Order: sequence, then structure tokens, then C-alpha cells
Amino acid sequence: MIGITSYGAYVPVTRLPLALIGGSRGEGGPEKAVASYDEDALTMGVSAAVECLRGFDRAAVDAVFVGSTTLPYQEKLAASIVAKALDLRRDVATADYGGSLRAGASALRGALDAVTAGTARCALVVASDCRMAAPRSALERNIGDGAAAFLVGDTRCILSCEGLHAVSDEILDVWRTAGDPFVHTWEERFVVEHGHRSVLLEAVRGLLQKTGLAPGDFARAAFYAPDPASHQAAARAAGFGAERLQPALFGRLGNTGAAFAPMLLVAALEEARPGERLLFASYGDGAEASAWRATAEIEKLGPRRAMNWHLGHRRAIRDYATYLRPRHLEAAEHDVRQAPGISATVHFRERDHDLSFRGARCRRCGTEQFPPQRVCYSCHTRDDFESLRFSDRPGRLLSWTLDYFFPTPEPPLAAGVVQIEGGARAYLQLTDVASDELRCELPLEFVFRRIHEVGGKPNYFWKATPLRNTRLEPQ
Amino acid sequence: MNPDAIRDKTAIVGVGCCKFGENWTQSPEDMIVEAAYEAYADAGIDDPQRRIEAVFCGAAYPSRGTAEVAESLKLFDRPVSLVQNYCATGTDAFRYGVFSVACGLYDTVLVVGFDKPKDRGVSGPSVMMSGVRELPATPAGWFALCAARYFEKYGATREDLARIAVKNHHNGTLAPKSMLKREITVDDVLKARIISWPFGLYDCAAQSDGAAAVVLTRRELAKTFRDDFVLVRAVAIALAPNPQSDPSFDFLGWKPTVYAARQAYAMAGIADPRGEIDVAQVHDCFTLTELLTYEDLGFCDKGAAKEHVAAGTFALNGELPVNTDGGLKSFGHPTGATGVRMIYENVLQLQGRAGLRQVKDAGVALSHNIGGAPQTCGMTILARP
Repeated sequence: MIGITSYGAYVPVTRLPLALIGGSRGEGGPEKAVASYDEDALTMGVSAAVECLRGFDRAAVDAVFVGSTTLPYQEKLAASIVAKALDLRRDVATADYGGSLRAGASALRGALDAVTAGTARCALVVASDCRMAAPRSALERNIGDGAAAFLVGDTRCILSCEGLHAVSDEILDVWRTAGDPFVHTWEERFVVEHGHRSVLLEAVRGLLQKTGLAPGDFARAAFYAPDPASHQAAARAAGFGAERLQPALFGRLGNTGAAFAPMLLVAALEEARPGERLLFASYGDGAEASAWRATAEIEKLGPRRAMNWHLGHRRAIRDYATYLRPRHLEAAEHDVRQAPGISATVHFRERDHDLSFRGARCRRCGTEQFPPQRVCYSCHTRDDFESLRFSDRPGRLLSWTLDYFFPTPEPPLAAGVVQIEGGARAYLQLTDVASDELRCELPLEFVFRRIHEVGGKPNYFWKATPLRNTRLEPQ
Repeated sequence: MNPDAIRDKTAIVGVGCCKFGENWTQSPEDMIVEAAYEAYADAGIDDPQRRIEAVFCGAAYPSRGTAEVAESLKLFDRPVSLVQNYCATGTDAFRYGVFSVACGLYDTVLVVGFDKPKDRGVSGPSVMMSGVRELPATPAGWFALCAARYFEKYGATREDLARIAVKNHHNGTLAPKSMLKREITVDDVLKARIISWPFGLYDCAAQSDGAAAVVLTRRELAKTFRDDFVLVRAVAIALAPNPQSDPSFDFLGWKPTVYAARQAYAMAGIADPRGEIDVAQVHDCFTLTELLTYEDLGFCDKGAAKEHVAAGTFALNGELPVNTDGGLKSFGHPTGATGVRMIYENVLQLQGRAGLRQVKDAGVALSHNIGGAPQTCGMTILARP
């Protein structure tokens, strides 16, 4: 049996109330999830993947496939950065899927193909997007940021794959050319009638014909849709009533691009009971539909942060500029991108520490240290260390400050010395933390973030954030 | 270490200092010439080309290094070296000058400390983000790291820190060459905008341009320059692990100061610092740094600094006056010049030339710098013969 063995999702905690875009104040109305100033498609993907790998052996992962339209580099693989941040083996296959809203579904298909072909036994799929539309455009109100991740394997599947059907289509409905930061669309009625609705239907009908299944065989359907109305309409046309349609979360998350349908599949998975069938349909330059059936394993999967958890953890930003500033949509006196970039050779030498957050333990005296040293801080033994990953350990805040002088889009910057469980310490920035939460001994965990953009490149490192309970009920 | 090796073998016979501040119209050359020629005059040297045998320079961010000093003073055909040791840069340059004289290699040498941060177009230190993990915050954010835990353990508050700023602002009004000459109140300090908690604007030293210089000679030759020369009793530098990753750091004081004080007190034979030292210039880059330094130098017990601050122990008319010229806070902080400026002030104090801020009968004077994350501390102890 081949299918999904684990899942995770990530939604940035920051939400932009749509009213702010129009210049109004206030919270409580429709909103969308927006990446914080230190997040992008890659960091969100890593966060979703960390949840997906919770309780799983990272050394078992044979392949990483990342699907997104907004990966930080046009030339340079995101999947390899993700693999390094997750501290996976060196002999993993890595590939990025891009160029289409269907990129997440394509990455999932790539993983299924690899496992089916036997070139991988365990493949990690990451779907993540962080798209931008022109400020104050209708599309800006529509799109949001988020990520989903799946493990695909051939044993202990929680969801077995019962069939796939893909359709390719050429249409200028949604596009973004090189160098343009903004997504564009053609007129809405054309896009829906000749793009989304008809092509998605074609893929779903093809799948049903191939598998011999009927809409009534499915407990829930995770459908991509550009907007709430076409979501309902497409589902109805495909034979799925509102009761079996996985809610699209417009007004809460927004359309999360290549991650949208995968995130809805995660949401459906969280409610699925053994034996139930799920339909997954993704759209973009064609469409792809797949049929899945939950197994008894689904009830054995440990708790993780996925859609339910993230929907319950939100913090509304107070003004529109907080959204515009880190996206460079508002002129700034000092643009950190103009600063000289980091050295590629230093980055190369320090990638185990900076990307995998690996430190060392002295074999002689047991003292753990970060970054790794040649001579032990405690017993001064030379070159007798073992390398250890700290990223998935808890920590606690030893001491802290709120720095109002540090150049950050959202001052003040919280920084502190973190005691990593096991003994090592690191001076880190804190993120997704309220100023009044800071106190000595605050329990912390580590998250992979964009530390700055000097040299016009995303530069990644780990930050600390208050430890949140995995099982925590939504607020 | 042989604590007697250099004690009292070197004499300071001339000191000079340019006015510290935002010296927009002065180049490093202008400031170096001003400080060095004042030191020459103070030593009665009218033929520096013949008398100065070697030059020891300190600058934390020089644009051209040793040539900046050699070209300014036209001191060629002799050794010119540049030392860099974070905020202890000037003190370390002085230390090498002392060694060069104490060992008998040279008769007379010049020490010059200088820096010109105000040509960089930023207020306060710029944040150069060359890597991903070196600089999670600004220098205020590094020095603030002791605050949360120290406050929690000893019950100190921002108000205790504010009193130190008020004291140093007052002392600065009495120093002709200081950058800031403005009395402030505790309320001013508490209401100022926050730079990095718990530091508000007035808790932070005034970054400035400046240069200071000292002429050193062998003790035996000192009388040929002036009668009231000052002896170098101790010089010390100590490094400590980066407090941001040191596995045993307690965030209640700074290790480099404790280490350097151990060396300096051994050299000077000091057992009771508060009783034996008459005046001190300590590194008040931030108010908390000065407060912790009282304890790290053994001026008072651990945790007791706030009571001494309230009681005025370290005020100009107190038991042990600290930062009599306003300190980094008020006099200004051109990194490489600061350690040499402290020696300039201590020499004036020991010679009874400190004017309105004169400490009565000062016989032994201490100076102290701490810098980096902080990881380094430099100290000197000077005395009347």
C-alpha cells in the first residue's frame, strides 16, 4: 500500500484584517494569514515539515520535493535548503516543483511516483506559498500565506492512494512574469468558467471514471478554488454538496496558492476516520484529482500542529504598513538588501550550525556547546566532540532584552540568551513573542527563520519562540 | 606572572586630549595632532622628532591604521604599532607602551588613542550584518543581558541605573573637554525613549569622536620632564568566554572585569580596593555596566551596588569618586581613545589639576574598560610617587 504516512501544516501566526487594507481599523471581520517579516515560503515549509516529521525518524527520509510558486531563489534549490534545515541525510533526492498553483499537488505526485517506482521508501512533500498581489488590489484581499507537508511511504499509511488523474491545460488566467513581484489574473468570470470550474471538473470526472468511484463514496472533498463562490459552484457541479466540501477558509487564511489544496487536505485528514474516503483536487494550468482512503493507522498518529492548531493561534497586525514594510512595498530609508551580502565560504563552513542548528558535545566532560568549538569551553580538551542537532530540543530563556535600536521591520526586537536543553547556550532573536511574555526561565522552542536579507538574498538561521503545547486546544 | 616586573618602572610625564564630541569639522589628523602636541607640551617636549622613540596607537575602527598616526605626527623611522582590543583598545595600547619602556628598550614613547565614528553617518553604532548569527542585537542589547537576572536577584531597578547617569552628567558639566554639559534628573532618564530594555537614551554612552595621548618615560628620567610625574603601578588585560555562549555564566556581573582586577590588584598590591583607591574611571558604556563594575572591581559587595549608588559612595564628594570627568556617558566614547582619556583624567586628578572636579588628595587612581560581547577588560592603576 502506498500513501500518506504523516502530515503537518503551518500557518503564520500573523493575520491581516482585510479592513486594514481599505484604511479602516478593527479586528473581527475577514482576515488573511500573512507571513511575518522573518518568514517566506521556505521557512513556512520547514515549519510544516517539522510537524510532519514529529515522531518519525528523520534519517529514514529518502527524498524531499518542494512545491511552490514563490521559492526565494529563481536559481538555487529550495528542497536542498529544506533538507539541510531538517538535518536530513546527504543522500536524499531533492527537487523543487514550481511555476503553477498545482506545484504542491505535483510534488505530492512526484513523491507517490518515487515510492511506487521504488526509488524512495519515504518521501517528504512540502507545499508552501507566500504570494503577493499589488497593494490594495482585489487579489491582495484574496491571497494568504501557508504551508502543508506530507510524508509519503509504503508502510503504515494513514491514507492510501486509490488513484490519480491529471489534465493539462493552456490558459492565461493567473500568471506572474520574471521580475514582477505581483500575481495577475484575467477577468474573473472568464477565469472561473473556462479555467477553474471546467478543468477541475474534467480532472475529477476523469478520476471517478478511472477508479470507478462515485461522489457519494467520499466523506469529504478538498478542492482548490480561487474564491468562495467558485468553490461552492465547482463542488456542486462535481456532485459534492456543502456538507461534504472541506471549508476553504476564505476570510480566515486566504487562498494560499500552491499550498491551498494541500492545506485543505490536511484539514480533511484531521477529521478523517478509518475507512473514510477523501477527494483531493488541485488546479493550475490544468488540474489534478486524487482519491484517498483513511486506514486504521490514522488513529495512531501522535499529536501535531496542523490546521486545527494553527487556526486557533493568531495575532492580528495593527496596521497595514506592518504588512507592507517587510515586503518592500513601502519605501524605507535604509534598505538592508543593499548591505554587503554574507560570505558564501563562511556560509559553506557554518551550514551545519546555521541551517541544521548543530552544536557539539565534548566526549571527555560532556559539556554541550554552540557553535561547535575545536577546544572544549569546560575541560579544554582538543577535537573530541560529537555533533548534535539542537533544533528539535526545548530551551529556556536565561536573560533577555527588547532592542528598539536594532534594524527590524517590527521593533522592538526581542533577543536573549537561550539555555538549550542539554547545556549549550545561544544568543538568539526571539520571534512571534509578545513583549509582556518575556521573563527569565520562559520555556522556548526553535524555529527556522529568515534572519535578514543583506546582499539581496534570504539568509536563514534559527530563532527562539515561546514553547507552545502541541496538543493545545484552539483558543 | 611576576607581579613586581613592571610596577612603578614607568612614569607618565605628559597627557593630552582633544575636546570629545561630534567633531564634524575635525579630521582624525586634527584630533591626533591636538592630543599629541598637548601631551608634548605637558611633558615639556619641544623636539618630539628626537624624543619620541616609538608610538603605540589604539583605534577600534581606523581607516588607515598606523599610517594615520605616523603621517599626522610625521613620526617616521621608528616603530609605530596599532592595537585593537574592543573597548579596551586604548588601555591595551598604553599597556604595550608601558612594557616597551619598563623593559628598557626605549626611554620615551608616545601612546595615542583615537576614533572617528561620527564620519559614518549614523547615530549610535551601526549594525553590520555580515553573518547570520553574530549580531542578534545591538551593543546595548548585549550589555543589557545582565539586567533581567540581576534585577530579579538583587531587586535593582531602572531608577538605580538612572542615578548613575545623573551623576555622570553632573561630573561632565565640570570637565572642559567633555561632549555633554547638561545636568539631568532621574525623571529625565526614566522618561527617555528606550534603546534596549532596560536602557533608555540616557543610560547609553554618548558615541563621539576624539583622541587622547600620553607620554611615557623611564622612572629615572621622569624628573627631567616634570617634578609631579605619575607612576604606572599596574596594567592588565583579561579575556573571558563570550557571555552569550559561556556555559557557566550567571548574568550577575561580567567575568572579564573580575579576571583583570585579579591581575591588576596583584601587581599593585591592593587588598582593599575601596579603601586603597582614591579615584576611578570605569567603563560606563551603559549605566548597568558601571553598576556591575562597582561589584566586579570589589568596590562593594555583590548585590550592594544600588545602596552605594543611593548613598553617594561613588559621587564626586563620596568615598570613592567614579567617573569624575563624566565618563563615557558624558565625556564621550571614541572607542580607541577612551582608555587613554581615562588615564588623562586620572593623571590630572593625581597631580591636583582637575579643577572643579578635583578629588582631594588623590594618591592612587584606577581606570577600567570592558568591551566586546563583553569579553575583554583592560585596567590600569596609577599612583603618585
